[in-house]
Parts: sequence; structure tokens; C-alpha cells
Amino acid sequence: MTYIDAINDALQYEMERDSSVFLIGEDIGAFGGAFKATKGLYQRFGKDRVIDTPITEAGLVGAAIGASLFGYRPVAEMQFSDFITNAFNQLVTVAATTAYRWGLPVPIVVRCPSGAGISGGPFHSRNPEVWFVHQPGLKVVCPGTPEDAKGLLISSIRDNSPVLFFEHKRLYRSLKSEVPSGEYVVPLGKAKTARIGKDLSLITYGGTLPLAVEVAEAFAKEGKADIEVIDLRSLVPLDLEAILSSVRKTSRVLVLHEDNLTAGFGAELVALITEHAFEALDAPVKRLASFDSPVPFAPDLEREVLPSVRSVGSAVEELLDY
Amino acid sequence: MTKAELIVAYENMLLAREFDHAMINLYRQSKIVGGVYAQIGNEASSVGTAMALQEGDIIFPMHRDNGAHFVRGMTPREMAINFLFRRGSITRGTDGTGHFADPEKKIYGNVSHLGAMVPVAVGAALAQKLSKSGFVVLNYIGDGGASVGEVHEGLMMASVQQLPFVLVIENNQYAYSTPVAAQTHNPRFSDRAIGYGIPGVTVDGTDIEAVFSATSQAIEFARAGNGPTIIETTTMRMRGHAEHDPFDYVPKELLEEWDRKDPVLRTATLLLNKGASESELTSMQQQAKSEIEEAVAYANTLPAPDAAEAFKNVFFQ
Repeated sequence: MTYIDAINDALQYEMERDSSVFLIGEDIGAFGGAFKATKGLYQRFGKDRVIDTPITEAGLVGAAIGASLFGYRPVAEMQFSDFITNAFNQLVTVAATTAYRWGLPVPIVVRCPSGAGISGGPFHSRNPEVWFVHQPGLKVVCPGTPEDAKGLLISSIRDNSPVLFFEHKRLYRSLKSEVPSGEYVVPLGKAKTARIGKDLSLITYGGTLPLAVEVAEAFAKEGKADIEVIDLRSLVPLDLEAILSSVRKTSRVLVLHEDNLTAGFGAELVALITEHAFEALDAPVKRLASFDSPVPFAPDLEREVLPSVRSVGSAVEELLDY
Repeated sequence: MTKAELIVAYENMLLAREFDHAMINLYRQSKIVGGVYAQIGNEASSVGTAMALQEGDIIFPMHRDNGAHFVRGMTPREMAINFLFRRGSITRGTDGTGHFADPEKKIYGNVSHLGAMVPVAVGAALAQKLSKSGFVVLNYIGDGGASVGEVHEGLMMASVQQLPFVLVIENNQYAYSTPVAAQTHNPRFSDRAIGYGIPGVTVDGTDIEAVFSATSQAIEFARAGNGPTIIETTTMRMRGHAEHDPFDYVPKELLEEWDRKDPVLRTATLLLNKGASESELTSMQQQAKSEIEEAVAYANTLPAPDAAEAFKNVFFQ
């Protein structure tokens, strides 16, 4: 099953199971969504459960929040994660503070097709996850495999906090794997060891997971190093224990993400690792991320700013040689 | 309105006015933190609109709408405990003024970005439509907040989905220091309804009967499945934006003009015309004053919230 089919499967499964789940977004109805994540769901569940809206990102996220106060579990779709800027206030001001101020759950999920590598240009390529990590009260989930896309989405829908769910759109149809049918839950806050290794911890999530695994396999094949790949799966909640236990085993750490570098999630990871496992380190913790710029449109330029097999490989070499 | 309805209106308007006076006094004595956003001049709007709701209907009031809170069952004690940030407050001390929710009373307050609450209230109305509950959502915004883009987005959704939603625009002439003339080229806020293809009406917000009647019609229109309405209530903010504000930017003549239309006095006159006696009115006034005094005194006996509250419920537990 592809990554996007896994998302569709999770939505359908939860909608069958729980009549309080409905979908709300732009062009998600009969059209099936810009990426076809909701394909067939309008036909199956009707217009009251797959709700097409005007172009109102704040309006539709606000509506999801409002409906969630009355027993519903809405799943909102951003057509592209870039457009979440239009709904920023609803998420950080309203959704994130409601439990703290009112003692009420806000069980909404906002699905965000994110990431670069498709020549989407500056406004269809962003990875905005860290903006929401900084706001207390929001959960942030970034699946990197089809089975996690399903299992984490089901957990997110069942969660009583607002969840930002970042789906990397380059993975939508490029990744295919076995996905369990029916009930399949992957808990939030549990990292996965995507590849067991002993020489270096490569910590990543979402769109750069396949890249991390590819580099690790290449190093193993060439007999250069045995790299452990940690897939965080969710940034909030964060599985700090899994991170530290890998770091203590390998003593060398590369943190990788597709979001740009400065004040990205990698900065938080480096801080946590040096605070909690400084004595275990044999080299400074290294970050690799996109160049600090808007994501450029031309494929040749876009390739330059994104992490690549070559840039990840050299960062690994540098750490191993330290 | 019947005499009985007018009595309810008058009692709640008095509570709102007395509560404002009590909070202003505490502010002047530095016994209250944060802002005190009085609604003096606006009581007929908040009370008259809220009285048009039926049991089970839902209200999203603004920070100034104390009158609406009292109508929907908040007690002076509950209000005082929250304003005075005491242990046992409905927000546990996490947020002040009217920023609270009480699902049992179907009250959902606001965030300071008032325009942001319109899409949320519209979502509450969507939930009523989906569940076929038959309940209506009443939401408020001011002349200032009405400029915010999220208000437009909420109304787009409410109108296209024909949701059971009523938006009251309390036009109290000033957004902080900015007069309506500097906010909009069209000072008739209800005209905005035309763009959404929904009814819009402007009523004198100091006239309790006009407010009650317009809101009752809009609510029944919404309940019958005919979609949203915008009601503009024209009032005057007779105090500053909050009590720190000397509001010297408001011409004295304007305040005098609106003072002659004081909604509490106007309602008293209506009651006298319905056969109420001066002594009945005086006893209602004394009753409201003593209820508020008792509530504030009670709140003052309570300790501050437990410090551990600061760390709880960032995520719903």
C-alpha cells in the first residue's frame, strides 16, 4: 500500500468505526482532495461527513475546533501545509490553549501535506512543523512510512489534544509497503529504530527517513560504518528515552531534517542530547537540514538547498572521522 | 416584552452594572490584576440578546458581555472568583475576565483575539446542524473586531452551510481609541450581511425591547433552518477600552448624548410604564448591589490558586 493509500485507509477506518469523525477541507469532497487523500470518502459517507468549504483555512480550522467542543472529532485538511499560515491563529491561540484555560478537550487533527522535492516553489514546499512544536498544547506527528501514516493517523484522531499531522507529499506515491488492514494503532511518542546500528545515530523523521535509511545501507554495504537510524515519528510527544539510549550506544549523532536549519527541531534535539548524554558523546552533535532560504522553484536550485545522499554522507564521514 | 421579561432583563442589567462598578473600584484600589473591561452602556445589548436564547442554545460572548453571562446562569460568585483569580475559579487561575467556558451552561467565552472566535462559534453551529440538535449559536463581536479576516471566513462558512448561527455586532463606536469613522467607510455594520446573502438588521442597542425582539426573530429563523443573521446593536462604550484608559479621545458631548439613553434607566422607565412601582425598582437595585458585594466579599475570603495548577492540563487530561 502506498503512503497516501494508507492515509485514506486510516480515514475510512476511523469514519466507519466512529460516527463523530468527519472531514473538513477544500476540494476534499467529490473531487477527493488535491492529492486524492480523501478519494471515495465523499461517495461513501456523504456531504455531512466529508465537508467541502470555501477557501477559508482559518474558517475551517476554527469550525473544526468549534465542532470538537460538541463531541465531534474533525479531521481538517490543508491543501498544502504552506497554507497553514492562514490558520495559525486558530491553532496557536485557540486550539492550543483551550485545555489549559477551559479544561476541555479539542480532539482535532489538521492534516498537512508538507515538504519539498516536487518543484512546488516557495509556497508549496514548506516543512512548518517546528512552529507548532514551540506552542505548548499542540501535538506534532510526522510519519515516515506507509504503516506509520496509518497507525499514527488513527492514534491522532483518537487523541484528545489538537494534532498537527505532517504528511510528506514526496512520500505519497513513492513509498509502498505492507500496511496492516483494519485496526492498527501506532502510539504517539514512541520512536522506532528504523535500522539497528552501533557506530552512529542518525536521528530523523518524516520526509528524510527514506534518505537516512538509504545512506545507512550504503555505508553498511561499503563496510564503512554500521549506522543506527532513529525515526522519531512524533516531535510532540517526543521519545527522549529512545534518543538517549541510541546515543549512549553509538556516541556519535547526526540529526537530520528537511525543514531549514536555524531554530529547526534539530536545535532542540542537540540541546536535549548535550544536556542529558554529554558524557556519552565522542563528537559534537551535528545537524543537517535545508539551507536557510525559501524553497526555490527550479529543480536545480531546489536540489541545492535540500539534504541529499551526498550531503548526509559527508556529514556522516565527518562525524566518523572526528 | 412582558413585565415579567422586563424584570428579568432589569435584574440582569443591574447585576452587570454593579459588577462593573465593583471591578472598577477594585482596580482603583490595585486589588485586581489585568484589565477591567467595563460594559457600562452596553447592558441592553448583552442582556437582551442572551435572553432571546432558549434552554440548550449556545452562547459565545465577548469579554465585556457580563450581562449575557448572568442571563445564562453564571453566578456573581463564580464571576468574582474568576476575576479575582481565587482558588476554585472556573479557569483554575489560568485566564481572566470573561475568558472562560462552562459547558453545562453552554457558555463558551473568548480569546483576546475576538475575531478568532467567530469561526469557532460557527463550528459549534456546524455541530448543531450535524447532530440535528435544534440548538442555535449566538456569538458576539464588536465594531473593532468585525474588521478581522477570521470574521469574514466564519461568515462565509456559516452562510454557505446555512448554519444555525447569529452574530451580534456590538457597535460601541470605538475600537480602543479608533472611532468607527476611521474603521470603515460604511458605518452600517449590518450591511455586511448583504455580501453573505443573509439577513442583517441594525437596532438601537440601548433599547432592550428592540434588541430582544430582533434577536428572538433571528434565533427562530436560524432554528427553522434558514441560516445565519447579523444583528448590529448600536451602543456606546461609556468607559475607556479598559480602566487604565482615560478615554480623553471621546468628545464629552458624545458621552452626554448617550448618557441620556442609558439602557438601565431606559429599562426602568419601561418597567414603570408597565405598572412597576418606584419602590419595586429600588429594591431590585439594592438586591443587585448586595448580591455583587456579597460575591466579591466571598471571593476575597478564598486563597490564591494552588501553585501546582500552573503545570496542569497543558494537554487535556
